[in-house]
Amino acid sequence: MPYNSIVLVKQVPDTANVTADAMKADGTVNRGALPAIFNPEDLHALEAVLELRDRFGGTVTALSMGPPKAAEVLRSCLYRGADRAILLTDRRAAASDTLATSYILAQTIKTIGDYDLVFAGRQAIDGDTAQVGPQCAEKLGIPQVTYLDQLVDVNDRVIRVRRDIGDGWEVVDATMPVLITVVESANKPRPPRVRRLQRLKRARVPAEVVAEVKKSMRDASAEQREAEVARRVDELKKQGLLIEQWDLDDVKADLSRCGLAGSPTKVFRVQSIVLTKDGYTEIPATEEGVRQMIHELVVDHSLG
Amino acid sequence: MIEVNREGEVWVYAEQQAGTLRDVVLELCCKARELADRLGVSAGAVLVGAKLDGLPEQLIAHGIDHVYVTADERLGHYQTGSYAEVICHNIQKHKPQIVLYGATPLGRDLAPRVASAMRAGMTADCTDLDIKDVTEPRSKETHSNLLLQIRPAFGGNIIATIVNYDMWPQMATVREGVIAMHDPDPKRKGRVISETVPLDDTLFALKLIEEHIEPRSINLKGARVIVAGGAGVGSKANFRLIHELAGAIGGAVGASRAAVDGGYIGKEHQIGQTGTTVRPALYIAAGISGAVQHRAGMEESAKIIAINNDPESPIFSVSHYGIVGDLNQVIPMMVKTLKERGVAE
Repeated sequence: MPYNSIVLVKQVPDTANVTADAMKADGTVNRGALPAIFNPEDLHALEAVLELRDRFGGTVTALSMGPPKAAEVLRSCLYRGADRAILLTDRRAAASDTLATSYILAQTIKTIGDYDLVFAGRQAIDGDTAQVGPQCAEKLGIPQVTYLDQLVDVNDRVIRVRRDIGDGWEVVDATMPVLITVVESANKPRPPRVRRLQRLKRARVPAEVVAEVKKSMRDASAEQREAEVARRVDELKKQGLLIEQWDLDDVKADLSRCGLAGSPTKVFRVQSIVLTKDGYTEIPATEEGVRQMIHELVVDHSLG
Repeated sequence: MIEVNREGEVWVYAEQQAGTLRDVVLELCCKARELADRLGVSAGAVLVGAKLDGLPEQLIAHGIDHVYVTADERLGHYQTGSYAEVICHNIQKHKPQIVLYGATPLGRDLAPRVASAMRAGMTADCTDLDIKDVTEPRSKETHSNLLLQIRPAFGGNIIATIVNYDMWPQMATVREGVIAMHDPDPKRKGRVISETVPLDDTLFALKLIEEHIEPRSINLKGARVIVAGGAGVGSKANFRLIHELAGAIGGAVGASRAAVDGGYIGKEHQIGQTGTTVRPALYIAAGISGAVQHRAGMEESAKIIAINNDPESPIFSVSHYGIVGDLNQVIPMMVKTLKERGVAE
């Protein structure tokens, strides 16, 4: 039996590799210096649905929400075998918290329609909240299974998964449609396929075409640029290289539930973690030094 | 969402497994007590499950005034749908101003589902909570006594303070081990309120096939002393040095993510943002450079000793004692000194 899957993917700054280059002189992080990457757990979600598609048939649709440059992660999905890719991009969606984001994604999923499975990474490494998956499931009115660490089997619209519950695991059966979030131990993501990459690396969303034309035709008039955009988009479409781009109107979103207005949580204050260089007691790496330190620890009751 | 309700209680979701409350729940009870006192309201707990004997008393001893209990045979095994329904029912009925959940895998599964159904805010993985008046930067409107939800973000490189002005309840999941616990008072009085919630079959969408609970073999959170090793230890074989020092000092063994990823030791020993958060009396970091993700999990320790051959390692910035040197020489010296002093077991 074929299954149609939607996989939620996100482009994130590579927060795990904050190197010295990404630190400013005052010890805070320079976000702009961090490379944008495919959220690691989302790659495992993609792999899970690709494996199901390869085994049972059906389709894989990759969906991302973000600025036009987030199309990069959708190309990555296409290289690995996704059948379709959609970018939800809209300035009015900016500053959405997890509740507003999940509302927009759920509206998009409803607009896509026909689906059996929604997969996502457990959490994104920029926020680490793990909330968007469960909140999407609630808005779609479907069950959720989080922290999948092994996809056991699929049989007649029932998916059996093993999930990590912290101090152990459990195996549960869920009947489709269901939303599932995936952790890294679930599988080993496939690399991009060279032939697909060759063919699809020129795939673009219209917003990227607009940006490219703006850059390459600086001196042209607005009309000339518009005509060039239309020509390129048309060309991409003919070649099957146009990635779908939707906005909030396309998914019939209620604007009061999107962006800042639709977000109950507000960031009140952000503090960068600055390495404090206030002094510590330097102990010489000698027996005498170590003995003195342990003596002090015993005296102040840290030890013994 | 519910309206802003300043009379509302401060609640804890009392996550239990097989009739045992999670450690983090008791920590949250202490925090809820403190917040409730500052707001001049009562502290409540929502307890859901099948066999819950003795648990309300435990919650009350840790500072809770009102325990809202929903006991039903069908609730014996945790399911997102049915548990979320019980919590939403209670929130709508009693209108608490704050609801806190442990940031456990099941807490992080449940809380966002509840928030979505309530259309209320939810902040994940808080490491601290506070109550303060907050002036909205745009409208300049001042909101009195808001819950400040403080959490690391951006891979632990920043600390964000999140507030929820008016789409209440104010809700957060809170990391285990970040709240100091008080001793329970078995003589404390509280009230147990039974709540019957209608639950239709669609709320039990998942079927449990098999369950496997691994008893925690190590107790990092309860350890008074922790000796942790990092990438600088160099190999799995050499990690024996960390075990030796921990043995000599009577402490538990911890590790940085690099050491776990390197296969030196199991993941259950990992300390840091993706592992356990600890605050022992003494923390010894050997061969750990001290990435923010690691520091976030240990910097609250009362005393920190860092041993590292690179004097520029960030771990020294949070340390009380720093030894710049080769851990392969320093650790045996420490073991020897401890044995001579008789501190060792």
